[in-house]
Amino acid sequence: MDSDSLHYSVDLAAGNGLTLSSEQRAALQTSLVILKRSYKFSRVLFWGKILGIKCDYFIAQGVEEDEMKKKKSLYSLNCLDWHLLPQATESMTADVALAAQGRFTGDLSHEYEHTETRTEGEGDEATEVEVTVKVNEASRLATTVSNIDKDVSVVPRGAFTKSPSGKVQINRSFGGLHPTEAAKLRNYLHFREPVNLKKKSILEMSDLNPALDFLDPLSEDIPKGSWSLQLERGGTVCVLRSLLWLGLTFFHVPQTPQHGYIYMGDGLINLDLPFML
Amino acid sequence: MEMTEEALNNERLQAAARFKAFMMQNSTKTNFNLYDHLVRLLTKVMDERPENAVDVIEDMSRELKGSILQEKQDTLRDNPSSSSALLLAEQQKTLFKRAASGEGDHEEELVDSPLPNVAELAFFFEQAGVGLGKEEMQRIFLALKQLVDTQCLQRCRIWGKILGTQSNYLVAEGEFREGEGEEEESTEPSNEDEEREEESQEDKDEAELVEAADPPPKSTYKPPPPVPKEENHTGVNKFTYFVCQEPGMPWVRLPVVTPAQLTAARQIRSLFSGRLDVPVVSFPPFPGNEANYLRAQIARISAGTHVSPLGFYQFGEDEGEDEGLRDSFEENPNFEGIHVNEMAESLNLWVHHVQHILTQGRCVWVNITKKSADDVDEDAEEEEKEEEPDEPEPEIGPPLLTPLSEDAKIHDTPPWSSMISSYLIPQFSIAVLRSNLWPGAYAYASGKNFGNVYIGWGLKYIGEAYTPIMLPPPHSEYPSGPEITEAQDPSVEEEQALQAALEEQTAALEETEDLEEEDDDDG
Repeated sequence: MDSDSLHYSVDLAAGNGLTLSSEQRAALQTSLVILKRSYKFSRVLFWGKILGIKCDYFIAQGVEEDEMKKKKSLYSLNCLDWHLLPQATESMTADVALAAQGRFTGDLSHEYEHTETRTEGEGDEATEVEVTVKVNEASRLATTVSNIDKDVSVVPRGAFTKSPSGKVQINRSFGGLHPTEAAKLRNYLHFREPVNLKKKSILEMSDLNPALDFLDPLSEDIPKGSWSLQLERGGTVCVLRSLLWLGLTFFHVPQTPQHGYIYMGDGLINLDLPFML
Repeated sequence: MEMTEEALNNERLQAAARFKAFMMQNSTKTNFNLYDHLVRLLTKVMDERPENAVDVIEDMSRELKGSILQEKQDTLRDNPSSSSALLLAEQQKTLFKRAASGEGDHEEELVDSPLPNVAELAFFFEQAGVGLGKEEMQRIFLALKQLVDTQCLQRCRIWGKILGTQSNYLVAEGEFREGEGEEEESTEPSNEDEEREEESQEDKDEAELVEAADPPPKSTYKPPPPVPKEENHTGVNKFTYFVCQEPGMPWVRLPVVTPAQLTAARQIRSLFSGRLDVPVVSFPPFPGNEANYLRAQIARISAGTHVSPLGFYQFGEDEGEDEGLRDSFEENPNFEGIHVNEMAESLNLWVHHVQHILTQGRCVWVNITKKSADDVDEDAEEEEKEEEPDEPEPEIGPPLLTPLSEDAKIHDTPPWSSMISSYLIPQFSIAVLRSNLWPGAYAYASGKNFGNVYIGWGLKYIGEAYTPIMLPPPHSEYPSGPEITEAQDPSVEEEQALQAALEEQTAALEETEDLEEEDDDDG
């Protein structure tokens, strides 16, 4: 969620029980302004909080001119001093998926180790080699943030436009979804490079507006039912919760441009989801 | 020269007039014209003076067109919207009405009311970064007041909130006075009877279909006798729980929990839908609907995560029984409060004040027939807190008021994280405890105050991917006997030997018959 509207957006997305204390809010309002200036971001988003056993990580993101590309993630332990997270590469993601188990510890230098035996060579020359994968918590944090962004970052349809040159920008004339439309999952889009859009047939594409529908809608997610859509605060705020990443909350106030998502949780993907539906 | 200039001016004016006429042509579609639109647009720019007007002019133009369309009066009558928001607002309005009562009663109520101070709880938990927002907490406070007004409860507190996929549950914990509030129990067994009847009905129908020529084998499986449930005011049913979906909606009382439900709830992993009457779809099958599942999870969470500072509660002096069996305690009037830093550093200073649930699904072990007790033990592999060694019986859980430092780790994850709420102003901070076993359970302590709350999905952290329990091996369809066991076909030699033996037998028979006949002839 946008750092400028943090003071009220946090309350709107507080339905899952975790909020920020007054001290943290005050600290964020101070430090994010400085952060925006020192990294020359055009906008700073407060991304959320990942709970560790010893202490918690606060995550912020900075965007430059293009809202989607060149997003940078930063972490902080005290809401005041921000440090850049490494970019999540594919090999890093694979290593983290192998080695990292259990909860975040709260210590960035903590090393996760995983040893497994792999067979190398072919035929008679096959030998079993013990391979040890080591990752530290900093890279785990970076890949978790990027995975969550990839899987469950949400924007309402129409909030962002894509110009013919490919630049993604805030749609100034977005006035919010109509209350009846806001109750439909297909009006919410994944804010990431589209995956399913390219696979669509021409017939399916005919209704789509290339300036607005350049993202994948949530209604096509697999498994079906991995989102919980509710109206909260006496039916005035539309709240989406991801069941895949328990802790991700998205809110949108219908008929206003206010929207945002925040992750407050332990940073673990819910692998048991198929059993729960 | 002057003439030409005048003519030029004239021409210009005429050209302008022609262009104005063109701009004032109404569109065949919308019946607007460009001239009026531009006039309005520029007036708007002049009035509002937006920054970088040239960048936003398209949007303003669009907005303007839209606003003109909206102004049109509709020929249809306004439909007063009866959205869900409105219905809820009307329901919540009753929360804000003051109960009309005599002033004399009022003072008595202030003293006797079991209503807890939710605002204080919210204040402390907000410092810990836990909460639902200020207005929401206020609404919950009012809803709880409504509950206290309608039910005669001895004690009452807000237990927490359980999130569901379609709606959420607010949970309140109440304690009736002895002998009160038990009228709903009688309805339960009748339900079970109905179910049984239905089942037997189905069985009959099926039996009619299958002809009697080849009767299906009877199942020899006998279910273990059910563990008797604990009475109201004892063990897992010590408190009564009420849930509502939104503050202002009616509170629904949850049924009492049975050991079978607790055992099943430990084996399944399922999200709540937010409606109490839907069945729980799971394997192994859960006995009951979502209300029962909710009640079972509440019992498990309470047993695992309700903690208080050491010394806040003490055992009553009159009870001389051994420690494991004591199930009641009282507030310690001499409790002085423990310093926040100590509370945050040491788990020894926190104790459980809700009884541990045994694998049997009860707090107090009961001896049902010896065989079945073993079965139950095997089924329930998941332990709440401490791993009990496989003692045959009786089971003994950790006693009440056991320190948290005795809690077992789950996959190297310590069961609790403790911290203080503020490192900047430590002298006024509070000690906060977060459960890693039940994500969403929190406790705080500040001076003589403490509180527990759970806000989450009602799922336990298991440390690894969930594996449903294996299906039991299938029962053999028929008892194995000589007529259905497979045997090798006899070889030619064996057949010949058998035939020879048979022939010999018949020959011997014939001989004896012949002899008898001869005897008859002789006679």
